[in-house]
Amino acid sequence: MKKIIYLDNAATTKTAPEVVEAMLPYFTEYYGNPSSVYELASMSKKAVTESREQIAEALGAKSNEIYFTAGGSEADNWAIKEAAEAYKDKGKHIITSKIEHHAVLHTCEALEKKGYEVTYVDSDEKGIVDLEKLKKAIRKDTILITIMFANNEIGTIQPIKEIGALAKEHGILFHTDAVQAFGHIPFLVDDYHIDMLSASGHKLKGPKGIGFLYIRKGIKIRSLIHGGGQERARRAGTENVPGIVGLGKAVKMAFTKMKENTAKEKELRDYLIDRVLKEIPYTRLNGDGIKRLPNNVNFSFQFIEGESLLIMLDMEGICASSGSACTSGSLDPSHVLLAIGLPHEIAHGSLRLTLSEENTKKEIDFTVDTLKGIVEKLRSMSPLYEDFMKRG
Amino acid sequence: MYSEKVMDHFSNPRNVGELEAPSGIGTVGNAKCGDIMRIYLDIDENQRIRDCKFKTFGCGAAVATSSMATELVKGKTVKEAMEVTNKAVMEALDGLPPVKVHCSLLAEEAIHAALWDYAEKNGITIDGLEKPKSDIHEEEEEEEY
Repeated sequence: MKKIIYLDNAATTKTAPEVVEAMLPYFTEYYGNPSSVYELASMSKKAVTESREQIAEALGAKSNEIYFTAGGSEADNWAIKEAAEAYKDKGKHIITSKIEHHAVLHTCEALEKKGYEVTYVDSDEKGIVDLEKLKKAIRKDTILITIMFANNEIGTIQPIKEIGALAKEHGILFHTDAVQAFGHIPFLVDDYHIDMLSASGHKLKGPKGIGFLYIRKGIKIRSLIHGGGQERARRAGTENVPGIVGLGKAVKMAFTKMKENTAKEKELRDYLIDRVLKEIPYTRLNGDGIKRLPNNVNFSFQFIEGESLLIMLDMEGICASSGSACTSGSLDPSHVLLAIGLPHEIAHGSLRLTLSEENTKKEIDFTVDTLKGIVEKLRSMSPLYEDFMKRG
Repeated sequence: MYSEKVMDHFSNPRNVGELEAPSGIGTVGNAKCGDIMRIYLDIDENQRIRDCKFKTFGCGAAVATSSMATELVKGKTVKEAMEVTNKAVMEALDGLPPVKVHCSLLAEEAIHAALWDYAEKNGITIDGLEKPKSDIHEEEEEEEY
């Protein structure tokens, strides 16, 4: 395989070798079922407990408030559907935003079909959820507010503390999808008044197929999977022990090195943004300049289409993603880019680059140089660019 | 995702560019859907397509189908060019993923739009040719951003 420059860390990350190493014995040596009574099994049980404690500590939570799931989407589905079910006697109104991940949006749409009412709050043109509109959306029968911690496409960090306070003030449950934020930016669930939080292992160098839902003690929520007594009988099924061990290790590493990694990523990110905006004309940066994930960059290049851009980058070994319709299999481009007010053709020409601290300045330089050539080539083929140039 | 032929026509598209004094120009698709194709035709007095160029805003399949469509009509008479269907373009490219079939339809429409423009300019009718459906400028005006 050719040399790869991996700039799609919001899609998934490379599992850290230390994580893989930590997981391996739980496939081969300590393979016992944590529910069994013999000594072999106690090793598995201990590992699960330790991982749970690790995660709880990172969030400032108690370990019995952490429930392992198969990932972020499962945690989102569980939180929203089963809290809605548990609180339906109080009301059937839910507030979310237009820029949520599909795991939240489609879950809310599914609830609408079951008779719930959902308000999808706007964000501003930077992609920050509008607090005033959110406030106005609150009703007597509102039972749940679910707003993402940080956006997966444009990297905007949402005013979670303010939303948490607002929810608390009104006695409304507050869930946040923190899949992109957990392990990347520091926060504690109590400071932010978060009642439920979804996170995923593979976005922070842990394994795929494992995540968790934090559920504050005292919150009513129905069980997701009925069966055995695992996860306090709320999410039955034999634990994914190696996955849980890997997640625990990844969380420990992410929190130990957060400051250091963030500093490196921010430096690379700002260098990348700076060069691209200076050197490629008719380009805009999507999202907020400051309230932004340390590793997220999202551009729109006018007059060109994102999928073409991605294929050409791939030919040079650069892995990236786009909000173009052609990458989603529908005719509509990214709902996030449309929600922040971009016209369709600008949304089609978007490019997301998400870094890790392992990227180098050399890689960024190569990426910008390559990008310049590709954008120029695609524009020379674009009838939109032709019209624009002729109009002067 | 794409066949080798699609990738070849995408990375080395044939006949990219404009013609200075084209006999016909056709532009189809719209920016909203993420695909716009423009075809330029140079047609001689015997109704043979001497030259053909294209410009496309769109995905890999849109670029490849434009490139292949220009290759297929070049050197053909107007009547023969009418037989270049989206199916022919797709077959020549060894197929397209199902979600990209509309790109080949766009290529056929772009050729037809350019032929329509040529026919109108010269006051002739071409058998089986209908007025092109989509015009990006009309759609742009309807669009409110």
